[in-house]
Amino acid sequence: MKRTRALILSIGVTSTLLAACNTGHNNALPIYGNREPVTKMVNGKSVTDTAYQTIPAFRFVNQYGDSITNKDLNGKIYVADFFFTSCPSICPVMHRNMLNVYKEFKNVSDFRILSHSIDPKYDSVAVLKKYADNLGVSGNTWWFLQGKKEETYKLAGNYLTAVAEDKTAPGGYVHQGYFILIDKQKRIRGTYDGTLPDQVGKLIADIKELQTEPDQTLAQ
Amino acid sequence: MKTLLIAGSFFITMLIIASCQSEQQVDYNRYYSAGAAVYQSRCQNCHGDKGEGLAALIPPLTDTVFLKANRHQIACYLENGLKGKITIHNKEFNGIMPSTGLSPIEIAQVLTYVTNSFGNKAGLINSDEVEKDLKGCE
Repeated sequence: MKRTRALILSIGVTSTLLAACNTGHNNALPIYGNREPVTKMVNGKSVTDTAYQTIPAFRFVNQYGDSITNKDLNGKIYVADFFFTSCPSICPVMHRNMLNVYKEFKNVSDFRILSHSIDPKYDSVAVLKKYADNLGVSGNTWWFLQGKKEETYKLAGNYLTAVAEDKTAPGGYVHQGYFILIDKQKRIRGTYDGTLPDQVGKLIADIKELQTEPDQTLAQ
Repeated sequence: MKTLLIAGSFFITMLIIASCQSEQQVDYNRYYSAGAAVYQSRCQNCHGDKGEGLAALIPPLTDTVFLKANRHQIACYLENGLKGKITIHNKEFNGIMPSTGLSPIEIAQVLTYVTNSFGNKAGLINSDEVEKDLKGCE
C-alpha cells in the first residue's frame, strides 16, 4: 500500500515536472516556417530538439537616419510589413489598419513595428520621415526602414512575403499586403492580410496572447 | 366643360412633372449605386470606406464646402490626377493622386456617390455634366 502510494506520488511529480518543461511548446499561437530536428550533445547525452525558422541578420536605416539591425529587435515582439510611400494601391489601407496596431501598443517598450520600403531609391530617409509625420507616427515604436534593395527583397522571402519590381503594376511594384508577427526568438507566429480590418483585429488579439507566453515574458 | 378642360390639363401637367421627377430620381439611384461599386474598387483603399482619408497623408471626402466650390473641377482631378497643395477642412494636404483612368460615365457615377455620401448632398452629377466639365480641364 505504502509502495503503491509512493509510486503514484512519484509519477505525479514526474509528470508535473515534464509538464513544466513543456510549457514552452504548449503555446496558443502556432510557429510558422520550416523546421528541422537538431541533435546535439548535452552532458554526454545526445538530445534532439526542433530548430525553427528565424529571421536572419539585417541592417537598415530608419526614418530618423539611425542604423537599425536585427540586434535592435532582441527581446522585442514585432510586426513587419513591406510597402512604398508612393504606392497607389494597397499601402494606404494597410497603414490605415496598422495605425490601429500602433495606437494599441505604442507605449509598450518591448514592441515594434517595422515597415520596409521596397522602393529605397525614392523613399529616402527624409521622405520616410515626412511620411511618418503625416501618418501621425512619432517616437520609436514604428520604424520605417530603407536600405539595399536586394537585402529588403531577400528578407521579404524570410518573412514568407513576396515583393517584386513590375513596370506594368500601378506605382511600379507589386507586393503582398501581409503583416507578419515575430516573437522574441525571431520566429514567425502569424501572418495577417493587412488590407482587411478583421484580420488586423486578430493580429492585435494575437499580440496580446503572445505577450502572455512564458517565453515572451522573460527578459531576453 | 371649360372647368373640366382646365382641370384635365392641370392633371396632365402634374403627371408630366411627376414622371420627370421620378425619371431623375431613377437616374440618380442608378448613378449612385453604380458609383458605390466604382468607389469601393477604385477609391476606398486610399480615401476609406467612410471617406475619412488617412491622417495628413490622404484628404477626406467630407468637406462639403470644398466639393461644392469645386463641383466642376473634381471630374478633372479624377481624369488627370491631382498634385500640389490643397486645403481640406482647413488642413493642408500636399500629396499626389494618380490619374484614375475612369471613363466619363464612371466619373459621373462615382462623383454622384461621393457628393451624396459622407455628409454631402449635391444631387445627381450626370455624364453630360462630366463631359462638359472635362472639356474645361486645364
